[in-house]
Formats: sequence, C-alpha cells, structure tokens
Amino acid sequence: MEMIGMEGSHAVAEAVKLADADVVAAYPITPQTHIVERLAEMVADGELNAEYIPVESEHSAMSACLGSSATGARTFTATAGQGLELMHEVVYVASSMRLPIVMAVANRALSAPLSVWGDHSDVMAVRDTSWIQVFAENGQQAFDLTLCAFRIGEDPKVLFPVMVHLDGFHLSHVVEPLVLLEKSQVDKFLPPYKHPYSLDCDRPVTMGAFAMPAVYAEVKKAQHDAFLATKQVILKAWKEYGKLSGRHYSPVEHYHTDDAKVLLLTMGSFSETAMVAVDELRKKGEKVGLIRLRLWRPFPFEELRQAVANAEVLIVLDRCISFGGPPGPVCSEVRAALYAEQKRPKVVGFIGGLGGREIAVAEFKQMVSRGREAADKGAEAVPQITGIR
Amino acid sequence: MSARRKQTGMTSGEVSLGAVVDEAGNAVEYKTGDWRSQRPVLNKDRCIRCGICYIYCPEGCIRQGPGGYFEADLYYCKGCGICARECWTQAIHMEPEE
Amino acid sequence: METYAIYVPRLLPQKDFFAPGHRACIGCGEALAVRLVTKTLGRNVIISNATGCMEIVSSPYPTTSWRVPWIHTLFENASAVASGVEAALKILNAKGKRGDSPKVVAMGGDGATSDIGLQALSGAWERGHNFLYVCYDNEAYMNTGIQRSSATPYGASTTTSPAGKVSIGQTRWKKNLPAIAVAHNIPYVATACPSYPFDLIEKVKKAVAIPGPAYLHVLSVCPTGWRHATDLTIRIGRLAVETGVFPLYEVENGSYKLSMDFPKLRPVRDYLSPQGRFRHLHEEEIDRIQERVTAEYEKLKKKAEA
Repeated sequence: MEMIGMEGSHAVAEAVKLADADVVAAYPITPQTHIVERLAEMVADGELNAEYIPVESEHSAMSACLGSSATGARTFTATAGQGLELMHEVVYVASSMRLPIVMAVANRALSAPLSVWGDHSDVMAVRDTSWIQVFAENGQQAFDLTLCAFRIGEDPKVLFPVMVHLDGFHLSHVVEPLVLLEKSQVDKFLPPYKHPYSLDCDRPVTMGAFAMPAVYAEVKKAQHDAFLATKQVILKAWKEYGKLSGRHYSPVEHYHTDDAKVLLLTMGSFSETAMVAVDELRKKGEKVGLIRLRLWRPFPFEELRQAVANAEVLIVLDRCISFGGPPGPVCSEVRAALYAEQKRPKVVGFIGGLGGREIAVAEFKQMVSRGREAADKGAEAVPQITGIR
Repeated sequence: MSARRKQTGMTSGEVSLGAVVDEAGNAVEYKTGDWRSQRPVLNKDRCIRCGICYIYCPEGCIRQGPGGYFEADLYYCKGCGICARECWTQAIHMEPEE
Repeated sequence: METYAIYVPRLLPQKDFFAPGHRACIGCGEALAVRLVTKTLGRNVIISNATGCMEIVSSPYPTTSWRVPWIHTLFENASAVASGVEAALKILNAKGKRGDSPKVVAMGGDGATSDIGLQALSGAWERGHNFLYVCYDNEAYMNTGIQRSSATPYGASTTTSPAGKVSIGQTRWKKNLPAIAVAHNIPYVATACPSYPFDLIEKVKKAVAIPGPAYLHVLSVCPTGWRHATDLTIRIGRLAVETGVFPLYEVENGSYKLSMDFPKLRPVRDYLSPQGRFRHLHEEEIDRIQERVTAEYEKLKKKAEA
C-alpha cells in the first residue's frame, strides 16, 4: 500500500473502519474529537456500517460500550483527560466483567487548571484498572496498535478491554506519513468477535452479580491471573501483525541499546525527540541509548530487566506528577521492577512535558548529563521537573 | 455443591469468567422459608380458588395444587401475610411459626 | 382499566422469570412489581438493571433469581448500558451476525432514575432508543437503609431527611418523573402499581409493543422503609391510588388518559396514617399535603380532558 499523510486521529478511525467495528459510542473531548468526528463521517457516508451512539457523557460512553460488548458487538470509543476521569468507575467494570472494548485515549493533562494539551496524568490515573494498555509514538503506531487492540482484546484467551494511548495534539492532530492495510489483510488477521457469554434469551446469564467478602477476593485473583496471562497473546498477536505488515512491535523497544551505558526511558511521542538526542550524543561518542515502553499494562517486567541489564544509568522521563508520593509514576514502577535484581542501573527520574509543554532535543541531552551527575554522586535523587521556571 | 458452599468454598480457579452466573434462576436453592415467624394456613372450605393470593405473593411461591387450591410453598414463604390480608373470602389466616 | 368480575389466574402468563429464593424483605412491594413485570415480559427480553434493592436481592454471586438475560454494572447507567445493548442488537441483526430481537428493558429504583441516573435516562430518551424503562419507586434509597431521594414525598422521614425537633422530614415535594418523561416527547409514559396488577400488566404489554422509548413508573410499597406491617403492602398501594397521591394514568404521544378515576378521592390522611414514616406529621403538614394532592389531581384531570 502507498504511504499517505494522515492525522493520528484519522489513522485511528481508519483502523476502526478496517476492523469493521459494530458499535461506536462517541462523546467529543479535545484532543480526541477528530477521532469521533471522522468516524461519524465514515458512518454518514456508508463507509463504516456501525451504530454510532452520540452519548451524553463519557460515563455513558463507556457504559454503552459495556452493554454493546456484552451483546456481542465489536465496540470502540475514544476519550481524553477529563473524559477518562469521568468514566473512571466504568473503566474498572469493563475489565472486571471481561468485556473487550477498544478505547483510544488522546492523552491529556488533568484539571485544574484546565488544560487541553497533552501529558500522561490521565493514563496514570487508570494504571490499576486491568485494561491492557499500549503507547503509540507516531501516527503509524496509532493505526497499527488500534488494529492489534481488537485482535488482542477479543482473543478468547484474553477477553479484556484495551487502551491505545496517543499523545494529545502531538499525535492526535499532527499529519504524519503512514501506511494503512488492505481490508483483505485485516480480515485475515482479525477473526469475528465471539464472547463465550453473551446476552442471549436462549441462554440467559446474569452479568454483574455482587460478591460477598467470602468470594470477592477469589474473583479478583482469577482476574489478576487472567490479566497476567494476556502477555502471551499480546506477543503472539504482534508477531502475526509483524508478518502481515512488516512492522514489528514488542513490549520494550530498543534504540541503540547494545553498548549503551546510559539509557533513556520514554513512553509516547517524546520517544522520537529522544531518538534525535541519542543520535546527536552518539555522534559525540557517548554511549547512550533509548528504550521505549510500548506495553504499559501488563507491565513488561522481563523485557525491562533484560533491556537494562548492561546499563549503568537509566534515566526515566515521566509526563505526570504523582503528588505526595515518589513524584514520577513510571520512574517508581521501573525502580520497583528492578528492586530485586542483583545487578541494576542507577535509576534517575525526570518529569517534563506537562500540560503540552515541549521537550526539545537539547533538554533530553541535559537530562542525560544531569542524570549521569546524579548517578555519579550516588544520589538517586527524587525525580526533578525539567524545563521549569 | 450448594450455592452457599460454593460462595464460601470456591477457589479462584473455579470462579466463572467475569463472575457471570450461568445457571438461570438458581436462587431457588435458597430457603427463604427460614425467615418467617408466621405461616399462612388455608381453609379449603372458604377458598374459591380465585388465585388472588398467587397474584399478590412477592415471592411467587403460591402454587395451584391438587383440587385447584392455592397454597404457599413453605420452602420460600417469608410469612408476610399479604395473602391472608388480601384473600377475598378470608380463607387464609396466619399462625405463629413454632 | 377494564374491571374484571373474577380475577382468575389463567389470565396471567404461568411462568415466573423472577425466581423465589431472592432476599427481598418480607412483604416487599417492589419484588412483587418485578415479579409481575417480568412475568408479563416473558423470555424475550434483555434486562439492564441499576444498582439497588432488586439488583442486590436477586444476584449474590454465584446465585441469581433471573431467568432472562440480565446485566447489572453500576448505579447511574442502566439507561446507557441499555442503549449499548439496543444499538448492538440493531447492528448485529443488520449485519446478519444475530437473528433475534429481544426487547431491551432497563430497570432502576427511584434513586437510580430520579437522581443519579437521570442524565443517562434523558440521553437515552433523546436518542430515541427502542427500550422500556421501568422505575420501581419505593421513594427513597432503600437498599442502603432508607435515605432520601428526589422521589421521597413531602413530610416523609428518612435517615437523611429525618423528622426531628426542628424538621418535618423531607421538605421538598416529590419530583415528577412521568412529567419529565412526557417532556422528552417519548411515545408512551404510564404510572402503575402492583395493587392493580391487571392494569400494570396491560401497561407493560402496551409499552413493549411500542417502538421507541417507553417509561413506566411503578409505585413500590416498602414495609421496611415506609414502616408499616408487612401484610399491608397491597392495601397501602391501593390507598395511594384512591387518595390521589399516586394517580394511575397513561400518556400516549402527549395525550393524557386516566386509568381510573374516583367520584371522590379519599382523604390523604387515610394513606398517611398507617405509615410510620409520616407518623410525626401535624395537622398543618397533613393539610398542606392534602391541598397539594388535590391541586395536582385537578391539573392531571384537566390534562386528561384536553
């Protein structure tokens, strides 16, 4: 297929169209609105044969998705920031009731003050919700990962909902070069959705029973075990997708890591800026590399440990402040993942890119030198906010 | 295994997908009849077999038995007394449970 | 409503789709309402239930009283879930992936409908989904221990609007949900009460036959929360209707029709006095209630005559 220029949001919509989604529950919120608008156009023009429900809030958007998925329909919605917060309680229900739903999240900063611009505070608020979560770095990935999300979530060995994260504005609104897939290719990759339980009069089930203390813990353990087991299917699906498209995804992706003593760790669109910084530093002879978390949940413990095995310093960039705790959520998780390792790098954290703030290549280079300094001093300091007045 | 034993004895491996209950109406196993402190007693001589008690029972445990008379299934009957109160011919009266 | 000379059980469908063994209180009017509604709906339905009394008493994992496909998720979203189910059925049928068309029925208590779930319900009505919403109104958040809702009537004592030394209990008048439904221009709105079972059954039948949104508001007498003897449930429901406190009517495409009318309404006192939740009221408050009930009933009659 030929390479085209397309906005990240529209790329996501194309994936939903190719997947032949059945139901789209749509509520607009900056910066995901272009996704639901494009989908509305597709439905209006007969390009996508789906029921488009213009719900009256995000809480209802996710709730409608629950009903839709439980009835056996391939279901999609999109949200961002405040919208993800508003549907917070429903997000937990989707996963604990094992209802595959694909949701694109155009990551946005949280109020107050109001900010429509991108950061990861909305993502960090849903870490524990038992959704499979992946991060796109560019428009191509936004398309690919959305398609894969249907394949993964609906797999009979998974049956969990999936969030595809794309940075608000930086990915949602930027036109990027990408390649779509043919419908015939997608049809080979994506089997029809068939849930073992469905709302069906011939086999009446009760979904959403309440659990007494005597049994709630067992239900959660079952969910926990099932969620961890999804990793195998994620790897398999990405492998198949790689064969189909030529684009291979893995839970932790590497950039110049082979001989790197210092590694940067990023998630999302700033990974590409970091790559430029790595290139420039390498030209000066520094052994720096970059790893990117593609898979955020379930957390890729093994792949992370392997990726940093030979590094001396690991510099983690967070795009969210966790107030009152260790301030960088990703940094905390990375440290926890490495805690029990005999040999592990010194982990230094930075927080940046809040509320749509840019992080330039130069700043990444500064993070590397500051990170090195902190590690040398033996001070694995509390993550600092970078680029702040 | 009874539902009660399942609830307190089920292992995480035995929990159904998404905690779905796949056995329609299996609550019928639960003996709500243990709740009552009074029970309905039917005087067949007065009963005109109209079925109004059957209509008004919140448990739905009144059934038409031999001869067409409507009697409460004491396995479920909670002893609310609605049937006795509503009976047209006052054929039902409530008696204290032992 | 047609009058039946003899109530015979064979006028009703035999099967019950709400199984006994549920944990509803002794004498629960709501359980009876659900039993009659589901009996009428039959097997060809999908129910979306809000959190509340009926949801809790019917579904302690791993048991269920439901004999039809049933989904409960949260408190305020039964209408939104129902919207998703309805849309899914539509598209899956259109795409040939499903070949059935059960009626989608959402159910919720007064808390779920009048308060926390009003937005989702309004949205579903506006979008015109083909579903029936049944509100089981026991006039408070009963499942959590009798807290007030916007459907709690003036003067009722609840735990969050208790009668006390300086309060008469609930000081607001009951929110008029059927009127809100009518304002959305949906094809069918009706009130019903299990004390008049055949009227309720006919209304359920009518509501499901009409394509588009329908709303049924069912008075659910609650001995526990209204504080009366468990055997008086049906009687109190009857008194609610006979005093004009809870008139039975239908609104079809905006046209009002009384289901039953009385040459003279009974005084509201007859309805209030058997209930402990009103026991604290003085003459002054009872008079106020009487005035209001009389005025509202007159308004309703005028609408029906129009």
